[in-house]
Amino acid sequence: MRKPEQELAEIKSMMERSTRFLSLSGLSGVLAGIYALIGSGMAWFWIYGGFSNNGMNAQTLEGKEALHSILITALVVLILALGTAYLLSQRKSKKSSTQFWSPAGRRFLMALFIPVISGGLFSFALIHEGYFHMVAASTLLFYGLGLINAGHFTLSEIKNLGIGQLILGLIAAFHPTYGLICWALGFGVLHVIYGSMMHYKYDR
Amino acid sequence: MKGTYDKAFENIVRLRIMSILMVNEQFDFNSFKEILEVTDGNLASHLRNLENQAYIKVEKTFVGRKPLTQYSATDAGKKAFQSHLDFLENLIKENKS
Repeated sequence: MRKPEQELAEIKSMMERSTRFLSLSGLSGVLAGIYALIGSGMAWFWIYGGFSNNGMNAQTLEGKEALHSILITALVVLILALGTAYLLSQRKSKKSSTQFWSPAGRRFLMALFIPVISGGLFSFALIHEGYFHMVAASTLLFYGLGLINAGHFTLSEIKNLGIGQLILGLIAAFHPTYGLICWALGFGVLHVIYGSMMHYKYDR
Repeated sequence: MKGTYDKAFENIVRLRIMSILMVNEQFDFNSFKEILEVTDGNLASHLRNLENQAYIKVEKTFVGRKPLTQYSATDAGKKAFQSHLDFLENLIKENKS
């Protein structure tokens, strides 16, 4: 017979490990990062005018129109990223022939989306109230909190990704002029880095 | 002394299977294999053993063309595991005093 302490430790570790959602696809993180980079490139173009060397291209966007374009772009990026994550994670779980919609998966989604959805609504409130310069910070902060929260229920890299987003969010909060850059770094570059790390570590 | 040492959980693989099923409503064969890192045959025999004692129940379905075998703990299984846990905890307490 094993030592009782050992046996209890064994039970605890199995309970913890089995409640993690392991089908998360690394590649979907990379793609989400690329969508975000393209999106923030477009936003950069609308906000800062982009290339004004060509007379034919001289479009004068009203502030409100630019805002609408940016919001629509952000929404498209979000839908593409979520869709890709869903499809690729489902494919990964099919490949390893494990259950996709597992209790662990449900816990993971709840942990991630409660902060993220409230953060999204909060960001809309900020736009509505005219604090547009704080939106980059609030989306980064809430997303970071969601990831740290969800990190308990999935691959441990997610937690570090969340801490990265949180730091960028705080920088963006104190320096709103760097908001878009922080946003591109967080949602774009960090996603690509962590996505490829996870892809090489787990998906092959 | 409270709780009973259950022979069914003497084997480490069976103990692990039961620990997983205590915190997951359902768990499938391939996920067990992945997390426990045991061979198909070994896993199947331990699962059958627990099934024969009516500690777990089996449900077979298909996802597309692939078979998906889901396991879940029965009430008797949960009770037996809880009693096994009580035994271990009491043992630790007694050793301390």
